[in-house]
Amino acid sequence: MDFTTQDLKTLFSALASRMATERDALCALDGVIGDADHGIAMEQGTKAAAEAAQATDGTLQDIFNAAAKGFLNAVGASSGPLYATAFLRAGKAAGARLSMGRDELRAVIVAMRDGIVQRGKAEPGQKTMLDAWGPAADAAAAGESADAIMAAAKTGAEATRDMVAGLGRAARLGDRSLGHPDPGAVSAAMLVEEICKAMKGTA
Amino acid sequence: MRFDSFGNSGRNDGSHTRRFLRLERAAFNVRANKPREEIQMSLTQKLINDGGAVVDEMLAGIAAAHPDHACLLENAPRALVAKNGPRKGKVALIVGGGSGHEPTFLGYVGKGLADACAVGNVFASPPPQPVVDAAIAVNGDAGVLFLYGNYAGDVMNFDMAAELLEMEGIAARTVLTTDDIASAPRDQREKRRGVAGNVFIFKAAGAAADLMMPIDEVERIARHANDRTYTIGVALSSCSLPQTRRPNFDLPAGEMEIGMGIHGEPGIRRGPLRSANEVADEIMDAILAEMDAPAGARVAVLVNSLGSTPLMELYILNKRVAERLAEAGLTVHKTLVGPYCTSLEMAGASITVMHLDDELQRLIDHPCDCVMFRQG
Repeated sequence: MDFTTQDLKTLFSALASRMATERDALCALDGVIGDADHGIAMEQGTKAAAEAAQATDGTLQDIFNAAAKGFLNAVGASSGPLYATAFLRAGKAAGARLSMGRDELRAVIVAMRDGIVQRGKAEPGQKTMLDAWGPAADAAAAGESADAIMAAAKTGAEATRDMVAGLGRAARLGDRSLGHPDPGAVSAAMLVEEICKAMKGTA
Repeated sequence: MRFDSFGNSGRNDGSHTRRFLRLERAAFNVRANKPREEIQMSLTQKLINDGGAVVDEMLAGIAAAHPDHACLLENAPRALVAKNGPRKGKVALIVGGGSGHEPTFLGYVGKGLADACAVGNVFASPPPQPVVDAAIAVNGDAGVLFLYGNYAGDVMNFDMAAELLEMEGIAARTVLTTDDIASAPRDQREKRRGVAGNVFIFKAAGAAADLMMPIDEVERIARHANDRTYTIGVALSSCSLPQTRRPNFDLPAGEMEIGMGIHGEPGIRRGPLRSANEVADEIMDAILAEMDAPAGARVAVLVNSLGSTPLMELYILNKRVAERLAEAGLTVHKTLVGPYCTSLEMAGASITVMHLDDELQRLIDHPCDCVMFRQG
């Protein structure tokens, strides 16, 4: 069963509803090492992305591009450009097609990671969303199962507890960021989970 | 999903856990773990209508107050554009960043200073679109310069704006301000944050553009002004975001933090509150050491309130600043005292010194007529 443009719109709605559910938990997490607004930014961004996706007729790439623009202009901050670039790269990977194989969502995850690296210039271990996207993309590139990709993202996000922030606003906390997971990595693992559910066709 | 506040495990062995929690609360003010009544009680008092609407309502108020100086773009309501500054053949100077620092950035839009400004949510970068729309609105076909503080989010959004403008055939250049000398060591100047020194740096670049200098010159002057501007702040109490109305960081009563950033980023040293003279001395020691200006050199000074510290205290600080500069044999050419770059209602101040030369002095003296700043 292929992954169609309708499935992609459904996926963006799933991302938005997941972020709406997790909003307060993400804010609380961010309150410890940041501005306490990460949940709000992710909720606003994914909501705008989902609305833009729903309103777009066209190819998988068209929908990704519209979602990128929607996310970006709703949020700004740091997560705006990072996820907008991720979605643009994902669109390129999905291509100007009306459908693709569900297994090709692995290439989408890899492309999203590449976009985040390109825009944010983060390196692994700096306590950022890349610490969840990186392991997920590595697992995806290795052709691992949806469950394994999901687990890699989650483990990666958990591992940020033991990292000292090296980039972004929390970097200015120095050692004080130690012991707390990075909210950006935690939300990233949730997004990966939703994509992986779509990969399995259970979303 | 539930997040506990412990670093490593669900292990709950009494005293260790309690001590850990206490320490952690002291270090982070872990609001999420407070009982609900306590959160309600500790909400800060603000004159707002809706925490999510503060930026747009402020912008509407600014547009209503200063119609002769600037207006909001119809299709990009978070871009403020100068009425009189932008013109054909002039380099367009665009500044911007998160809201909550007023009069930075919006207040410096006007003739002789910034042609336009894009702002984001409180303490968050604007997305690229208002930056793009602002640049298109004030483009005089002589080049566009983005000038803003060095923060990761701002850099990404302004860079994306530059990419989008390139597709429109407009080449935008970027200069980042890095005047906060407490934010990274001297040999990592490019990593430092931009804070209140923005006022002098924007002023110099804006004057250069107003004098119709070419883009290469305006860019060079912006970099030169940044290289010669030094700021350190001191925080006495936290600010609180309008959306949360809870302290953004925990600074216990009786303490101060030297070098704290304008979003509450940790500074160089936290300790008991000292007298104005001692604080001014600590800051001036660091600034003078790094500036390393020869006797006889001229400077411009900004003693800035971070929000709730009153003019009385700023002038007391300035008395000592002036004494220290005189002792160092430096001539104060210009002094600004007041709230020029704030952090919502944070208590505290920052001291900025710009090491002038003939060129910068002329540009700092150049007239300007802005939304919240007027000169000569």
